Amino acid sequence: MQASKRILAVLVLGAFSGAAPAADDEVVVYSARIDELIKPVFDAYTAETGVKVKFITDKEAPLLARLKAEGKNTPADLLITVDAGNLWQAEQEGVLRPLDSATIKANIPPQYRSAGGAWNGLSLRARTIFYSTERVKPEELSTYEALADEHWEGRLCLRTSKKVYNQSLTATLIEVHGEKQAEQIVKGWVNNLATDVFADDTALLQAIDAGQCDVGIANTYYYGRLHKQNPGLKVKPFWPNQADRGVHVNLSGAGVTKYAPHSQAAQRLLEWMTGEKAQRLLADLNQEYPANPQVAPSAEVAAWGSFKADSVPVEVAGKRQAEAIRLMDRAGWN
Amino acid sequence: MSHSLQRRWYPVVFAIAALVLLPLGVLALSWHSVDGEIWKHLWDTQMPRLLGNTLTLLLGVGTGVTLLGVSLAWLTSLCEFPGRRWLDWALMLPFAIPAYVLAFVFVGLLDFAGPVQSLLREWFGSGLRLPRVRSTGGVILVLVLVFYPYVYLLARSAFLAQGKGLMEAARALGQSPWQAFWRVALPMARPAIGAGLALATMETLADFGAVSVFNYDTFTTAIYKTWYGFYSLSSATQLASLLLLAVMLVVYGERRARGVPRPSTERPRGRALYRLRGAKAAAASVWCGLVFLCAFVVPLAQLLAWFWQRGRFDLDERYTGLILHTLWLGGCAALLTVACAMLLAFARRLVPDRTMGAAVGLANLGYALPGSVLAVSLMFAFSYLDRELVIPLSAWLGGAGKPLLLGSLTALLLAYLVRFLAVAFGPLESSLARIRPSLPEAARSLGVGGPQLFSRLYLPLLLPGTLSAALLVFVDVLKEMPATLLMRPFGWDTLAVRIFEMTSEGEWARAALPALTLVLVGLLPVIGLIRRSARQPG
Repeated sequence: MQASKRILAVLVLGAFSGAAPAADDEVVVYSARIDELIKPVFDAYTAETGVKVKFITDKEAPLLARLKAEGKNTPADLLITVDAGNLWQAEQEGVLRPLDSATIKANIPPQYRSAGGAWNGLSLRARTIFYSTERVKPEELSTYEALADEHWEGRLCLRTSKKVYNQSLTATLIEVHGEKQAEQIVKGWVNNLATDVFADDTALLQAIDAGQCDVGIANTYYYGRLHKQNPGLKVKPFWPNQADRGVHVNLSGAGVTKYAPHSQAAQRLLEWMTGEKAQRLLADLNQEYPANPQVAPSAEVAAWGSFKADSVPVEVAGKRQAEAIRLMDRAGWN
Repeated sequence: MSHSLQRRWYPVVFAIAALVLLPLGVLALSWHSVDGEIWKHLWDTQMPRLLGNTLTLLLGVGTGVTLLGVSLAWLTSLCEFPGRRWLDWALMLPFAIPAYVLAFVFVGLLDFAGPVQSLLREWFGSGLRLPRVRSTGGVILVLVLVFYPYVYLLARSAFLAQGKGLMEAARALGQSPWQAFWRVALPMARPAIGAGLALATMETLADFGAVSVFNYDTFTTAIYKTWYGFYSLSSATQLASLLLLAVMLVVYGERRARGVPRPSTERPRGRALYRLRGAKAAAASVWCGLVFLCAFVVPLAQLLAWFWQRGRFDLDERYTGLILHTLWLGGCAALLTVACAMLLAFARRLVPDRTMGAAVGLANLGYALPGSVLAVSLMFAFSYLDRELVIPLSAWLGGAGKPLLLGSLTALLLAYLVRFLAVAFGPLESSLARIRPSLPEAARSLGVGGPQLFSRLYLPLLLPGTLSAALLVFVDVLKEMPATLLMRPFGWDTLAVRIFEMTSEGEWARAALPALTLVLVGLLPVIGLIRRSARQPG
């Protein structure tokens, strides 16, 4: 009986060979950060510690749904996202494990991690204003809010409101100005649009370069990539709101899952990722800013100039996301 | 066939239908709590526009694929004109190009900042303004160019299978080619055209990738927005179940209108019926050539250009793994899906009662759901089975008591099966319908029965249809993204995964390498199939 049971077990296990149970010297990651922007970091960790890192990539929402569905049976130890809103949501849904890590607290400033300790930022990206060096003088620019002025009628380019980066930006506007005034600002932007909203930031920056519009809002690393390919790009970043709250910043971050099979190993990996070596790798892979302020950005990124970053905690992006989407829908931002 | 033999079909078909019921059950369960605020918001600010957009898209794409598919199939299967020989198979090639790839090629090439408009502005001055590319017309054009092969493939087989005798009879009775087309060929091919149109319509309804590139909001984009933006998966699945309801109506209507395909076992003919000359021949060549150019040559050329500029630097040894995974998944899924679809088709034919009809209809619904919704519903179902069934069972067997289904190849293949069963079922059912019932009866009276009947009579006659079905599924699996992303085992990245990663970062040019590889890998079976089916009905 025992033998036949064992044979049956082998057969059953063999049929599902893809899901063999995880060994102890490894960490399993669900990552919304794509392969090429995360694998080198894991490879460095494996080289340094011998701990293997297994991962799959997908969008945040499906990964989060999978974490929730798997519950206690999840193979995942770490969830990596490319925005704060989804981490906030993961924390709300109780799939993350609050950590009390002195290393993370020392390395990552409080506005870039959850108050409860469930997640923290790893790299930062500014969502700032870009302008055509041919048709706009930087003196004409001042704040995000000022892009709603008549001065920019028919000259503004925006990306779709379905992208979380714009939802986070609008959430900050609501936090600062209240819903009514924020809606006026967003309506002003929509009225100033030069063309239909774009599906991605790269296309938007290329449209400014090609002369379809004069100003736009995009993430810094998209500009970095484009600039690397085409140093003659006739587009530059402008740092708005320097006299008040500062440039809107979002982050790519991570949290250890509640039912992580290797929670200790996962915490060690996450702590290592906030250290100098990993921070430099993470940021430089994608021309982002390290979330650890003791680590300087790459020379390429530093060349865009330094700026004062928004003091509003990134958590607001998650808290006010639904409100922001409703507001953008009302304002006709598709 | 005796009743006891007939009854044997029920458990088989019910088992397959039950698999499809898993995600549908998840959709139905999502209604247990309704978030009134989200629904009110969607209704007040989004729905009228979204429904308008979706209907426009459906009408445009439906009309477009029918016109294109039928006209091309008619020309290449019944007429003779310069270039027909190679256009006949070449016009199937666009099927290897995923909708989202054609969309980003089209927008990248033709939008304001793209090379074409930039060049025109250099020639004619920067004041030049052309019609907008990211528009309703643009989306419709792109979707028509990627989805017309469904109609073309099925209509072509139907025209070929009709046999020459019928058309010659029509001609002898004094019908012009046009009259013969309208009165004889078209009515007889209607079931096939309807089946192709239904597939194209379902693809259009469920499409997310291509419409996102255009930022064209449809009902399906609203589903994703509700899920990703409002973090409300239950509202998203509720929306998806409404979409599914609409599709069921379409499918039902199509079935009612389609009628029963008439069996015909005429031999395929050797030479064309109508030799076109002069202006007519030139027009036929230009029309077919133009479609091939726009749907295949231009996108392929743009992908090659992007590959040369950016993609070649990404080429490394990991690509072999990506290609092998892609082929392996496509091959296994095609085998499994065609086998199941064959069972369904036979069951439907041999047990033509209502229960069977309903079960088979149910089994074919997976195709109509937006990929991500289906993927996430299946994922829920599998994780439920893991929790309730697999873990206790494996613990009892002395195993680790770990979940085995989710994240395994088995689960992924089952997901493909649920999603693409309808794709394989269409061609199999229509080619089975063309076998006269008298043929197996005759074989049986000669003492051939059971497995022999299948291997010696049905299989040879069904081979072309089986191959088309396998090909359709294979290529569809290669292109499939959401289920692959969500359910692949660790380390099982495919080409579609790489395309997703690049496009999600807006890196169209770098997506060219995986996209190009995908097109080439998808082409091999297309070409293989075409060589087999050169002039045979499928």
